[in-house]
Amino acid sequence: MNHRAVAVCTAALVSAVALTGCGGDSGGNGGSSSDASGPITLEYWAWAPGLEQAVALWNEANPDVRVVVKNQAGGDDLVTRVVTAAQAGEAPDLVQAEYQALPTLISNDVLADISDHLEGTGTAEEFSEGLWQQVTLGTDALYAIPQDSGPLMFYYRHDLFEEYGLEVPTTWDEFADTARALRDAAPDRYLTTFSAQDAGLFAGLSQQAGAQWWTTEGESWRVAIDDEPTRRVAEFWGGLVAEDAIHNEPMYTPAWNQALNTGEQIAWVSAVWAPGVLASSAEDTAGQWAVAPLPQWEAGGNATGSWGGSTTAVTNDSDHAEAAAKFAAWINTDPEALATMVREGGIYPAATAAQTGDALAEPPAFFADQPDFYEIAAGVAEGTAPAAWGPNVNVAYSTFNDAFGSAASARSDFGAALAEVQNATVADLERQGFRVAG
Amino acid sequence: MNTPVKTPDSSAAGASAPTAPRTRRVRGARVGGPRSAPYAFLLPAVLLFVAFFALPIGYAVWLSFRKVEVQGLGLGSGGRREVWAGLSNYAGALTDPELLAGALRVLGYGMIVVPTMLGLALLFALMLDADRVAGRRFARLTIFLPYAVPGVIAALLWGFLYLPSVSPLHFALDRLGLPQPDLLGGGALFIALSNIAVWGGTGFNMIVIYTALRAIPPEIYEAARLDGCSQRQIAWRIKIPMVAPSLVLTFFFSVIATLQVFNEPTTLRPLTNNLSTTWSPLMKVYQDAFVRGNIHSAAATAVIIALVTLVLSFGFLRLANSRTRQEESR
Repeated sequence: MNHRAVAVCTAALVSAVALTGCGGDSGGNGGSSSDASGPITLEYWAWAPGLEQAVALWNEANPDVRVVVKNQAGGDDLVTRVVTAAQAGEAPDLVQAEYQALPTLISNDVLADISDHLEGTGTAEEFSEGLWQQVTLGTDALYAIPQDSGPLMFYYRHDLFEEYGLEVPTTWDEFADTARALRDAAPDRYLTTFSAQDAGLFAGLSQQAGAQWWTTEGESWRVAIDDEPTRRVAEFWGGLVAEDAIHNEPMYTPAWNQALNTGEQIAWVSAVWAPGVLASSAEDTAGQWAVAPLPQWEAGGNATGSWGGSTTAVTNDSDHAEAAAKFAAWINTDPEALATMVREGGIYPAATAAQTGDALAEPPAFFADQPDFYEIAAGVAEGTAPAAWGPNVNVAYSTFNDAFGSAASARSDFGAALAEVQNATVADLERQGFRVAG
Repeated sequence: MNTPVKTPDSSAAGASAPTAPRTRRVRGARVGGPRSAPYAFLLPAVLLFVAFFALPIGYAVWLSFRKVEVQGLGLGSGGRREVWAGLSNYAGALTDPELLAGALRVLGYGMIVVPTMLGLALLFALMLDADRVAGRRFARLTIFLPYAVPGVIAALLWGFLYLPSVSPLHFALDRLGLPQPDLLGGGALFIALSNIAVWGGTGFNMIVIYTALRAIPPEIYEAARLDGCSQRQIAWRIKIPMVAPSLVLTFFFSVIATLQVFNEPTTLRPLTNNLSTTWSPLMKVYQDAFVRGNIHSAAATAVIIALVTLVLSFGFLRLANSRTRQEESR
């Protein structure tokens, strides 16, 4: 009896806490539905570090439009949460969303078209065309303002490259030769690894080759994952894995940290934010890394893809879409706000002017020996290829994890894995009722 | 119905015992009739059950019969609406080869986990129960301790031990010049995953069996010893048959836990290419609901898993009950 009583009491307590929790939450949204005459409050779900400091600047200058940041789970988890909240009509005014999540959010009718609110402000000119295309989806609408971007670059251990007499590769052919040469010179080391857990990196590499995974044709979607450019990328990396010229284990594991830290892997194809990761994953190697532009498919080219990067979007549930849109444009173009986010959060701003601004004059601490780090980055960012995202990126990504995971582990044909990703993505679109061309 | 009546009587003072039922009835009437009192006591539990158990289950079943239909490009408002799906989600789930493959993987995993874990638990319980065991409390605590480690943490810890370049195990093997097995690939992966569950679950099951062992009256052992039974014979002929109900119970729990395996493979997944995102049926439900954004198909799969679990566990309980009844009637 006693035991059960305790259990019931506990359950009652827990549910009481849960109920008050819910009540508190819906109350928090009340501010945004108040009259437009008084000061309004905008709720902003985001996870980027340093954002709160930038928002504080806005709140100081705009007492009538207060923005409240609610820190949330990052990335895909937030997408799920926002979609669920929007179904209940409780979505916040503003959300941080990664580029590849935008079509999913738009197709769930979460994001508002803010093009009317920002007409004539010249916001579009602040960003590179490749990024702007990702927030308009190539239409006349505007669904978000780019915040940061992740152009891909080539990071390498300059001390070990020197030791083994390796040249920094400028083309992918040279990259493959470098990988093989290193295996010959030091059989216990690898140039890098192919990670089947990081679909975002593979997507970026495919963009560099010219891939457009999702495009629209009239009222239908066209999925071109298993297309020439991506197939070229998949076969290139699959070939290197098959001949054991590069490693096949995933990134972001304790083993991978160890490999970077001990020089078992001496290079990393990654985005501009890599110094932060290296500083925590390979802390013993500070000052031994250098950056170079991403190897090219055609000698002399300057193309790159993106890995990561976020936007600020306004939701349809917002009662103050115009104010929210103004804030979204301000935080991502105002020099002071961007400098704050660079300083506090280490982001790489999407706004072109900020990429060469004072905030990025100094190289990241981990790359202290390379004073022109951000100059190189700005040069690379200029050649960022446009990405084309669709409404089921998550399905393509999780299929990628499984299909390329088993292909990498078996060192088998990456082409078959790519076809699997294509088929699963098309099948999912069709099952949902999207019209699919081709 | 006998016991509840007896309990208040015996707790009342001995002298007033005969009048106790009458006073009780009077007091009950004042509150609002003797028949409503039990329901009033039940109400909080029933409300909680309905709010946090029955309703969510009902909602999941409702979702499993619905689906979202997209129009054209599906962009902008009105692009998608929820419609009745009939049994199509169930048909989709049952014909999905990945769900069947996941079920088979979990079957293989369970064939390793359940016998190993229960065998070890029984062995440890018998050893602790044997006479002249030094450090019994310490041993009991040590074996039980892993159960107190949250599943995700345990999987992370073991993950470190499985990765060749950071594992002390591989380091030692390397130093000894022995081959280093790949614990996160092929058949070894099943053993690696099972190991985490066995490590975490043995202590709990051992305590359940051990408690049952302690409840066996010592006279039985005395009689057995007088008849010339050795310790091993006592264990085999008396202890194990006497704790059979506990073994049934622990088996029952273990089977349910196995069918719900999620934490260990999900935590180890980022470490290796060999664990797919849909390795176990529950991982597939999670993938469908929270990664692929298809809660309707996820709900259907979840209902199927719940039904299979229900049939398997209650089928087993009935089987076990009828066995005991047969043995009793013999």
